[in-house]
Amino acid sequence: MSDDVHVPGALRGLGNWVDERFGGAGYVRTLMKKVFPDHWSFFLGEIALYSFVILLLTGTFLSLFFVPSMNDVVYHGSYIKLNGLRMSEAYASTLRISFDVRGGLLIRQIHHWAADIFMVAITVHMLRIFFTGAYRKPREVNWLIGIILFSLGLIEGLFGYSLPDDQLSGAGLRIFEGVLQGIPIVGTYLAYFLFGGGFPGNDIVPRMYIIHVLLIPGLILALVTAHLLIMFHQKHTAMPAKDQTDTHELGQPFFPYFIAKTTAWLFFVFAALAILATFAQINPIWQYGPYTPLAISSASQPDWYMGILEGALRMMPAWEINFLGHTLSLSVLIPFALPLGIILGGAAFWPWFEKWATGDNSEHHVLDRPRNAAVRTSIGIAVVVFYGVLWAEGANDVIANKLQIPLYTVTWISRVLVIVGPILAYFATKRICIGLQRKDAELLEHGLETGIIVQRPNGEFEEIHRPVSEEARAVLEAKKVPLALPVGAAAVDENGVSAPQARGLMGKMRVRANQAFLETIPLPAGDGHGHGNGHEGNGHGEVEGGGQEHAAVGASTAPAELDRLPDAQPQRPDPGAAGDESES
Amino acid sequence: MSDEVPEGEQSPARPHRVIGTPLPVPSSVDVAERESDSAATGREKMPADPADPVSAKRAERIVAACFIVAFIAGIGFIAAYVGLEVGPLDAVLRSNLALGLSLSVALTALGLGSLLWVRRVMPNVETAEQRHPMRSPSKDREAFQEYFAEATETSQFVKRPLLRRTLMLATLPLAAIPIVVLRDLGPLPGTSLRYTVWKRGTRAVVYGTNRPLTPAEFNTPGSMITVIPEGYEDDQDALAKAGVILIKFAPGELHIPTNYNGGTLVSTMNWTVDNIVAYSKICTHVGCPVALYEQTTHHILCPCHQSTFDAANGANVIFGPAARALPQLPLTLNSQGQLVAASDFTQPVGPSFWERG
Ligand code: HEM
Ligand code: FES
Repeated sequence: MSDDVHVPGALRGLGNWVDERFGGAGYVRTLMKKVFPDHWSFFLGEIALYSFVILLLTGTFLSLFFVPSMNDVVYHGSYIKLNGLRMSEAYASTLRISFDVRGGLLIRQIHHWAADIFMVAITVHMLRIFFTGAYRKPREVNWLIGIILFSLGLIEGLFGYSLPDDQLSGAGLRIFEGVLQGIPIVGTYLAYFLFGGGFPGNDIVPRMYIIHVLLIPGLILALVTAHLLIMFHQKHTAMPAKDQTDTHELGQPFFPYFIAKTTAWLFFVFAALAILATFAQINPIWQYGPYTPLAISSASQPDWYMGILEGALRMMPAWEINFLGHTLSLSVLIPFALPLGIILGGAAFWPWFEKWATGDNSEHHVLDRPRNAAVRTSIGIAVVVFYGVLWAEGANDVIANKLQIPLYTVTWISRVLVIVGPILAYFATKRICIGLQRKDAELLEHGLETGIIVQRPNGEFEEIHRPVSEEARAVLEAKKVPLALPVGAAAVDENGVSAPQARGLMGKMRVRANQAFLETIPLPAGDGHGHGNGHEGNGHGEVEGGGQEHAAVGASTAPAELDRLPDAQPQRPDPGAAGDESES
Repeated sequence: MSDEVPEGEQSPARPHRVIGTPLPVPSSVDVAERESDSAATGREKMPADPADPVSAKRAERIVAACFIVAFIAGIGFIAAYVGLEVGPLDAVLRSNLALGLSLSVALTALGLGSLLWVRRVMPNVETAEQRHPMRSPSKDREAFQEYFAEATETSQFVKRPLLRRTLMLATLPLAAIPIVVLRDLGPLPGTSLRYTVWKRGTRAVVYGTNRPLTPAEFNTPGSMITVIPEGYEDDQDALAKAGVILIKFAPGELHIPTNYNGGTLVSTMNWTVDNIVAYSKICTHVGCPVALYEQTTHHILCPCHQSTFDAANGANVIFGPAARALPQLPLTLNSQGQLVAASDFTQPVGPSFWERG
């Protein structure tokens, strides 16, 4: 703070007081100046964060009135339609929150909407991380934390909407209990321990309550904190742009820019939730009535993020194995474990798979445009289709009704689509990505079509092309071509011995995977300048290290991890050749 | 993910915001502060004023207006809280509308004001920050390794296996305690999943009215009714397993049902009374109550995942994920001619489980 800037005396005094006790003026200054890139997709994580904050606030309010008990009471409250009915205290207190606490309904509805939006935001945030390759080294741990957060959110949501003990939530719990029972060996024990005996028992609501208000939020809070600290430490990724490189980051400082933008964002998220809670009714539990195990409302739909499990259960054919006096209930186990196992397990595994297939072990801070990473993008779309089919099947009765086709037909179509769909999606997406890459390469080579046709002196007509702007050029040239693992001719030495990594089953699979990643359209030759973001300053060491790592794969002699060579000047390879462009 | 390549003219005056790229370094950027490092060496100052004071002044008025709207809406919320009664549904909905609307307006206005402030009133600044490789410099790593190795030596942990092993031994039971103390969470399942409260002679009473039933009162072919064991009308735990549906068939429609009796498939025609057959209401998939009955096809449908059972054929599964038929309850009549159970179910009802066999 220079002297010509007027700082109010009180603030100056406070700053002085704090600094004399904690020091840290230097650190806080750096903090205030921390650069935050400006891109809409970077706010997706913040939507999740703020929905979570709002969940904490509204949840605290609700817990002031909610009674987590399954004891029977006879209702005498404001909602006369249920007057005189026996119900659990949990349900009665939820009615009280809705009808007799001022603002109670609003807060309840904000809470429920916030849970849905929280899961939407995490999901979309996760997709953006995936499709832009933000999970790559050094951010793998944050990626894994994210996957855990998603899973925790799922359980938290399930437990949350089971708390009011209305007809709908009880039906969901019944399914949950049935699934637990289906788990081999320990299933019945798990179910009996969680429910304190047979279903429904008297314990499940209070137990879910403490898990919902303390245990899982605590875990989420701890993990979100870790997530943000790691992100802060590693700095943000950035979308490719002019001057955006792997060695430095462009954006706006935390104070005053990011803090103001993110505050605005908090208000917008909160406002959106308030608008939803005002105009879009959600979970009107008074219409469902108290839970009884023998009643069911036929058109019951769970919250959206449970749709995939619901759909998987509906899609599943009746498979069950009986052997030696035991029952393996595949028609419960497979839907319960397989789809989410494939998606979340696959997501957790993916960064390492990509590293294995491309041999790329360098740090990445500038993101990929999805089209430039065709395999990743295609796998991502395939998973989205897989998820989408399962999710849609979760509403198969609604679909059958709307389209006027028999229910069983819908289920059969989905059974086929869940397998065929992702495969088709993979190949279609890959073709589209390659096509877009080709378009980009042409754009770089010939420039933009202007639509202006001129006649040449020799009578030919020709359209004038204008070179693309510098900014656009930087975006186009940010493309990185993966390295070929040395295979085939290159990997076979004079004695005809193939490189170690091409041998054996794993080696062959690795070469196959690598080939898939290699299918890209190279940038036009001679368009060398601007390649390799991050070739100034510190990035060199990285390039060098990556190259060496690569050599190590082939020769398996050099140590995989070489020390950084900060001052080495890498030779820029011919951009057209399959060089080491992937490393920067 | 939209990552469009910018096309067309980039007007120098208004930086064109490209989706998929960060804010391009626009010519109207007031200062592009490029520091070699955050530990500033000869840094440029942050600009005190926006480049275009006239539009900033206009924006300032709008932002202030937003904040005033937020203030008024906030007052509105408090007024609605104090002024509007709740209780009856329509009053609740009215209060919800008033509270929600004022809250939404206040928050939207606050958000809008803040956003305009940073975008239109603050000078447009872009800064850069150096990224450093995450890996520590080799020097630090070596120093770390050295100290760690020395300190480990000093601790004697490696040198004295007796200490190391007894320490690990000591932690084993302690680590198990958190699991052990969960034992009292619930009773062991034992055989309880195999039985329901139905016994020989338990009267079937109609679910809802709790009245016993005679075949004469339930004589319309094609109808279905839910019954429960008498004496357990308010016992949710009992009902969750013991709910039963009765279905009345026209003579000849009911094929000879079969069901498991102690592991062997037996004909259960004598388990029916007067073409009335009783099946468990608990779906064998994951336990929803089967609720829908189609008279013409005799299909029982579970609304949860649409398992479909053929009521005329021992409630065998004809579609969906349920892997086994609905268990049949042996019916008979008591001395007053009312429908009663001849015994409990002969196999476990509801979802499959490992020990079921
Ligand atoms: C409670 C849930 C979550 C919260 C509150 C949250 C919050 C955030 C925020 C605010 C950012 C910085 C903004 C951004 O880059 O978009 C971020 C970055 C990141 N998130 Fe999350 N996130 C959550 C869940 C997830 C999930 C589900 C994943 C993926 C599985 C994930 C992976 C990442 C990664 C890898 C980064 C660093 C990438 C970068 O800096 O651009 N997060 N998170
Ligand atoms: S519970 Fe009946 S079909 Fe799933």
